[in-house]
Amino acid sequence: MKPETTIAGQPASAVAGPPLPVGYARRNYINAKYGAKSWLLTLDHKRIAILYLLSVTFFFALGGLMAVLIRLELATPEGDLFQPDVYNRLFTMHGVMMVFFFLIPAIPGVLGNFLIPIMIGARDLAFPRLNLASWYIYNVGAVMAFWAMLHGGVDTGWTFYTPLSSIYSNTYVVVTAVGIFINGFSSILTGINFIVTIHKMRAPGMTWFRLPLFVWAHYATSLIMVLGTPVIAITVLLVGAERLLHIGIFDPRLGGDPVLFQHLFWFYSHPAVYIMILPAMGVISELVAAFARKPIFGYAFVAFSSVAIAVLGFLVWGHHMFVAGQSIYSGVVFSVLSMLVAVPSAIKVFNWTATLYKGSVSWDTPMLYALGFIGLFTIGGLTGVMLATLGIDAHVHDTYFIIAHFHYIMVGGAIMGYLGGMHYWWPKITGRLYPAFWSKLSALTVFIGFNVTFFPQFLLGYMGMPRRYHSYPPEFQVLNVMSSAGATILAFGYLLPLLYFVWSMRWGPRASANPWGAAGLEWQTTSPPPTDNFHARPVVTTPPYDYPEPAPSEEEVPVVA
Amino acid sequence: MWPNAPLFPEQGSALAAEVDHLVLFSLLGSVFFSSLIAVLLVYFAVRYRRRHPDQVGTVVHHSWKITALEITWSVVPLALMLVLFVWGTRVFFYQNRPPADAATYYVVGRQWMWKIQHPEGNREINQLHVPLGRAVKLLMTSEDVIHDFFVPAFRIHVDVLPGRYTTYWFKANRVGTYHLFCGQYCGVEHAKMSGQVVVMEPSAYEAWLAGSQGQPPLASGEQLFAAKACNTCHRPDSAARAPVLTGLFGRPVSLADGSSATADESYIRESIVNPAAKVVAGYQPIMPTFKGNVSEEELVLLVSYVKSLSPAPEVKK
Repeated sequence: MKPETTIAGQPASAVAGPPLPVGYARRNYINAKYGAKSWLLTLDHKRIAILYLLSVTFFFALGGLMAVLIRLELATPEGDLFQPDVYNRLFTMHGVMMVFFFLIPAIPGVLGNFLIPIMIGARDLAFPRLNLASWYIYNVGAVMAFWAMLHGGVDTGWTFYTPLSSIYSNTYVVVTAVGIFINGFSSILTGINFIVTIHKMRAPGMTWFRLPLFVWAHYATSLIMVLGTPVIAITVLLVGAERLLHIGIFDPRLGGDPVLFQHLFWFYSHPAVYIMILPAMGVISELVAAFARKPIFGYAFVAFSSVAIAVLGFLVWGHHMFVAGQSIYSGVVFSVLSMLVAVPSAIKVFNWTATLYKGSVSWDTPMLYALGFIGLFTIGGLTGVMLATLGIDAHVHDTYFIIAHFHYIMVGGAIMGYLGGMHYWWPKITGRLYPAFWSKLSALTVFIGFNVTFFPQFLLGYMGMPRRYHSYPPEFQVLNVMSSAGATILAFGYLLPLLYFVWSMRWGPRASANPWGAAGLEWQTTSPPPTDNFHARPVVTTPPYDYPEPAPSEEEVPVVA
Repeated sequence: MWPNAPLFPEQGSALAAEVDHLVLFSLLGSVFFSSLIAVLLVYFAVRYRRRHPDQVGTVVHHSWKITALEITWSVVPLALMLVLFVWGTRVFFYQNRPPADAATYYVVGRQWMWKIQHPEGNREINQLHVPLGRAVKLLMTSEDVIHDFFVPAFRIHVDVLPGRYTTYWFKANRVGTYHLFCGQYCGVEHAKMSGQVVVMEPSAYEAWLAGSQGQPPLASGEQLFAAKACNTCHRPDSAARAPVLTGLFGRPVSLADGSSATADESYIRESIVNPAAKVVAGYQPIMPTFKGNVSEEELVLLVSYVKSLSPAPEVKK
């Protein structure tokens, strides 16, 4: 089916002026109602996605600002810019803001919320009120952590290791922990909402194996959110109990076990890494298919690899604790299980790459982000295999090698995926186009800035520079200066989209229903979509990523699968 | 390998070379796969670039070929990873199993310093002097939060936990001064909880021990054993109301609940701070806890005194 031909319910333009692009909707979900109340009490998943966009952008900017300050301090070996306790609060709040209030909610909250109902041909999520509640709960948690930050912050590291966090730190541990606890309910409710929606709200003909891979990825993510988040909630409550009531759980002086905390913490926080990266992988599957204009190679393998990652992700937490005092035999088990997780990740990377083969590959901005993602995620994944190797981890554990590795996954992976997705769906979300030159420049700047920032940190870590150091021996300075210089490039790269996205909302050219010529239900409705998403209930008759075959070539006769 | 190669930290022990070999192997694999992906991505993106706006991709239909490819790129990386896993595990076991003849040094970490006691009784802070070629085992504990003993030149980290002992071992093979870092974030002055490991020729080490560079030892373990009145019950005559400690160290102990334990350092430490945890068969749980009455450093002295009551463990071949 040709996307342009399915747009219905579009009144002929009666307004004077230049003609609108095909499928641009003058009446849409954005201007369906006016006023702050219409936004703050909205039950429309698309408007809630916009609310999430505003919130996560704020916390991303905040976390980014702290990253800039951290890199400034580390430009010189001496701790000369901040006092050590200020520096410790900076990296702690950077981690807390980025992990809990940006990376975890960003793609599900913004893109997942906006797209899942449209992609499956539904009018909304299964529980619109729950969806709005998720956003409010998220904000209550985030504001608590923000309040703690304004009043002096936390200095335990985002990992809250005990007994430092439960007894020794005299900062706002409990307020921040309660913020994280509350925020967890937002994750759980979003996860339940997505699972029920994907099960029950699919349009006629939208079978499981016709679901876009973005939806599969969010389904796997939602499983982790629902099953994992309660564990972190219990864990932070126990830290609070020990801190406030001196109930001995983690501090050996009170009869507790400090390593128990690490087991509980990583039982959630390792799967949480997959909450951050799986949705980004879903985005990349969409981008690669759309900009190669062909079905994703090995659709079923990519779909099930998401589920495999979600399941295996629960069995690898102990690889954070190889040198933490757990039995070396536990280390052996966690080492081999961690390597198994690399297999479904490798399957994804190879399938994305193979999709480009004989594709019609465009170099539009979202594709540049997608290609960047695949490269950086590959490096992040391979260094992850190195870290899963016991003999290597025993040396680079808690050094800058780890910092570099997980930033390749979180920043090179999750944020590149998020930005790629924002660039891809921006015309759908806002009905506006952004400037091609500046957006390509931003993709390139982010890619270069990212590598200059984080590649030197692999070397620093191997040379032995520990993480969370406010000052360091002078021989590490050259690489640190490189890293700080890269961070300024990266910051510039992140600032660009903020500027031209805002610009495009007022001055950007209007977008057609399907500016990329992509398959998928979201491109068959108007841009921006109407409040009910579709003018008529879609009926799905084709597999995903269905692009009409070109004229049969002479070399091979296609076999109908 | 190349002891002074740039970007590789200096190697201070035989283990360091083992770890570097392992890293080099994994690095080769990583460079191969990341280059493969990068080259294919760029090649496909250029070779199959969109030439006119309506062009669509060509669907690959050979289903058995797809399955074969999927299996290949799952199994080959898995096989390589298993090689890495086995090799890495061997290195890790080597890193974590000190030889039986290793000399025991005691390390107590606290916010934000390292306190070290030599088997000869010398004590120092934030510095560890060791002789070249001696297998050194560090028995480590913390007085407060979790710390981590990290010497990049020896290529190993081990967390230092409150309330229990962990061990770290190395055999230095190059004279030099190496960084000692706290590798686990431990509070405000974490970055200052660092020091040096000084590897010396054995003769120089002897001279250092004899010199006054070390801090004066506290009351020796034996004096402490008497001062804390341990010897009123733990005594080798008929008035003993507690197990005799002579010859105890390193032996299996039968416990009152029918199980058994090995009398290692952790066992002795636990028996002092939490005597009820493991009661020796045939004795009453009458010993009071010394938790809070002895510091970790005093515990170290008591443990080393109890050890000294047993002949040096024979070297197992």
